[in-house]
Amino acid sequence: MPAAIEIKDMVKTFGPTRALDGLDLEVATGEVHGFLGPNGAGKTTAIRILLGLLRQDSGTAVMLGGNPWTDITELHRRLAYVPGDVMLWPNLSGGEVIDLLGRLRGGLDQKKRARLLERFDLDPTKKGRTYSKGNRQKVALVAALASDVELLILDEPTAGLDPLMEAQFREEIHEVRGQGRTVLLASHILAEVEALCDRVSIVRKGRIVESGTLAELRHLTRTTVSAEVAGDPSMMRDVPGVHAVRVQDHTVELEVDPAHLSEVLQSLAPLGVHSLVSHPPTLEELFIRHYQDGATG
Amino acid sequence: MESLVGTWRLIRFNLRRDRIRLAVWIVLLVLVPVATANAIATLYPDEAARQQLATTVNANPAFLALLGPVYDTSVGGLTAWRIGTIVAFLIGLMAILSVVRHTRDEEETGRQELLAATVLGRHAPLTAALAISIGAGLVIAVLLTAGLVSQGLPLAGSAAYGFGLAAVAATFAGFGAVAAQLTQNASSARSIGVAIVGLSFLLRLAGDAGESNGISWLSWLSPIGWFTQLRPFAGEEWWIFLLWLGLTAILAATAFAISARRDVGAGAFPPRPGPAFAARSLSSAFGLSWRLQRGALLGWLIGLAVLGVVYGAVGDSIGDLLEDTPQIAQIFEQLGGVQGITDVFFSTVVGILALIASAYGIRSVLKLRVEEEASRAEPVLATATRRQPWAASHLIYGLLGPALILLIAGAVAGATYGAIIGDVANQTGRVLEAAAVQLPAVWVLSGAAMALFGLLPEYTGLSWGLLVACLVFGQLGRILQFPQWLLDISPFTHIPLVPAEDLRILPLAILTTIALVLVVAGLAGFRRRDLQTP
Repeated sequence: MPAAIEIKDMVKTFGPTRALDGLDLEVATGEVHGFLGPNGAGKTTAIRILLGLLRQDSGTAVMLGGNPWTDITELHRRLAYVPGDVMLWPNLSGGEVIDLLGRLRGGLDQKKRARLLERFDLDPTKKGRTYSKGNRQKVALVAALASDVELLILDEPTAGLDPLMEAQFREEIHEVRGQGRTVLLASHILAEVEALCDRVSIVRKGRIVESGTLAELRHLTRTTVSAEVAGDPSMMRDVPGVHAVRVQDHTVELEVDPAHLSEVLQSLAPLGVHSLVSHPPTLEELFIRHYQDGATG
Repeated sequence: MESLVGTWRLIRFNLRRDRIRLAVWIVLLVLVPVATANAIATLYPDEAARQQLATTVNANPAFLALLGPVYDTSVGGLTAWRIGTIVAFLIGLMAILSVVRHTRDEEETGRQELLAATVLGRHAPLTAALAISIGAGLVIAVLLTAGLVSQGLPLAGSAAYGFGLAAVAATFAGFGAVAAQLTQNASSARSIGVAIVGLSFLLRLAGDAGESNGISWLSWLSPIGWFTQLRPFAGEEWWIFLLWLGLTAILAATAFAISARRDVGAGAFPPRPGPAFAARSLSSAFGLSWRLQRGALLGWLIGLAVLGVVYGAVGDSIGDLLEDTPQIAQIFEQLGGVQGITDVFFSTVVGILALIASAYGIRSVLKLRVEEEASRAEPVLATATRRQPWAASHLIYGLLGPALILLIAGAVAGATYGAIIGDVANQTGRVLEAAAVQLPAVWVLSGAAMALFGLLPEYTGLSWGLLVACLVFGQLGRILQFPQWLLDISPFTHIPLVPAEDLRILPLAILTTIALVLVVAGLAGFRRRDLQTP
């Protein structure tokens, strides 16, 4: 199946700022793709190019088999977008905005609309200027999710939602994935991407530094092991493949390359293990590795 | 005074934000009167010529309606007459817009919350906003007094003129402060404010024109009318300042009282719920632009229609003048009789209506920029709506809107005049034609706004500069004896003064073509450029 989104070597500059610096991004049809990066990494710029709102300086983008800059009408009928910073018309009610955006896209499902309003606990009769940030975001989410589109482009869609609403959002995305639709989810919230995404692309300073399934990315990082032992754990420093060893009396904390995990366990066992905690790398750690300045991808 | 903590810092901060905007206003409002005084001294050096001008003006309600009465035939008196009420109108506009900008605008965007969380007294923002408007008025007053004295005018009159304008600024700053308390959104507050300035101008106009009908008290209801009553250079009535001070104090006290009782961000009226579903009409970019533009269109339409009625009603008085003063009648007879002078009057009136309609046109086109900068264009353009139809959905209000407003105002003026003289059918058609002829020039300004939006979006504010240039050239270009090439920049210079002059098609065709080229260039530029969303 052809990719839903394929960006190759995309460059976009704003004056002296290089917002995108040779970005490559591939989103397969039917997957939920996490687009992960800190603020200012170029996520929103890339999305706006995909929406034909900005024009790239160089590089190519193909979305749903079309050209994002020229095939506006055809492509936008097949996608829905939730901006990161949702601004509403002050004198239009939320319900009016939902209907308007749905109709401009080519229609929306009234049953779904009603179900989503209930799910997100949103009052559609309030005027745009009276909604809080979170409620403005819900208006845009309902408008997007109530449409039967192939592709959802969501730019930090949960930034203003409370945890309860975030859970509702996750369930919605699971349903969307079950229907075989494609989602591009830009986020800097790691737990969200971890919970929802099939594959992740990590962007930093306008370039993709890592791309793959979560399993693939975890492969690149070390497992953290902390243990409390009867003997002296100092000798753990000499085990091959371990890093960042911290020893305090009888406790030891270390990171280990996945290939050397069994050596670590074998070395710990003779010391008399009282407790042992080991956890796979969280995206947090992936993130920190990639975004610490000077770190290489 | 804990509620005023931080006011001084806020004033300095806002002055920094407004340094260019305020400087432009101040320079404009100081230079124009001083230059006019200079020009009048050159044009009417002898007392006899000035006397003749004053007699003609004061005997005729139509002239009185345009500029108010001449109280004194000195150079100062004529200056205060020629450039008095229009400058009072402009300074009132400046004051009201500036206060709303620093109060309700800040609240609506949420920027005030950011500041309110710091060490800032509850009344500091409103106090700072008033201080800036009043301060700007005083700076203008001092500069104007010095400027007029330097032209050889008496100190007392110069000071009355300058500080009278400052008092007008203070009064309308007070109106702005109250308007900003009432509504939750800044654009409504601005509309209320502009309506108040417009109404004040209209009351002044009707009062001055209706001297003979016994409605001259109307101008006493208007803070702009008080400026005429102050009589700079004509035996100044200094006590008028008490009226301004009293009203300003009442308005400011009202604003502070409301402000103390309400929540930050709230208005005086609780927001009403809207419909849960969109009407069928709200299904396209055009449906959306109708929702966003219809209120303003209706407001401007009513405002200009009322102005048309007033101008139409005073048009008839031209004939009275000719009956009362046979010598003047003889002169006008040679110029083409009663119809001739009435025609001159109405071609002047449609020129004024056209400038106001142009302001509406520019504002409607620039709604595109407002939507873009407020991130509200983005979600629409991310749907199956292409850029051109979206741009066109607002552009039609910038092109057809002023046409509708101008034609209706012209027709109303003509019909009112016709009803009085018993010839509705002909007069409606005549003034309507005169109004229609102005349209190509109006479209050039809308087109310029569109071209700036498409090609130089950061500089869309220049469209307002163009309008001000047209206003200055049209109202004062001849009296200030600007060179012809400078006057030719204004599209209005090229409009034949129908019905006083013959209709010439060529300049109209050229202006329409220029407008069309500007619109097309703007649309093409917008199609190619990046959307500028924060």
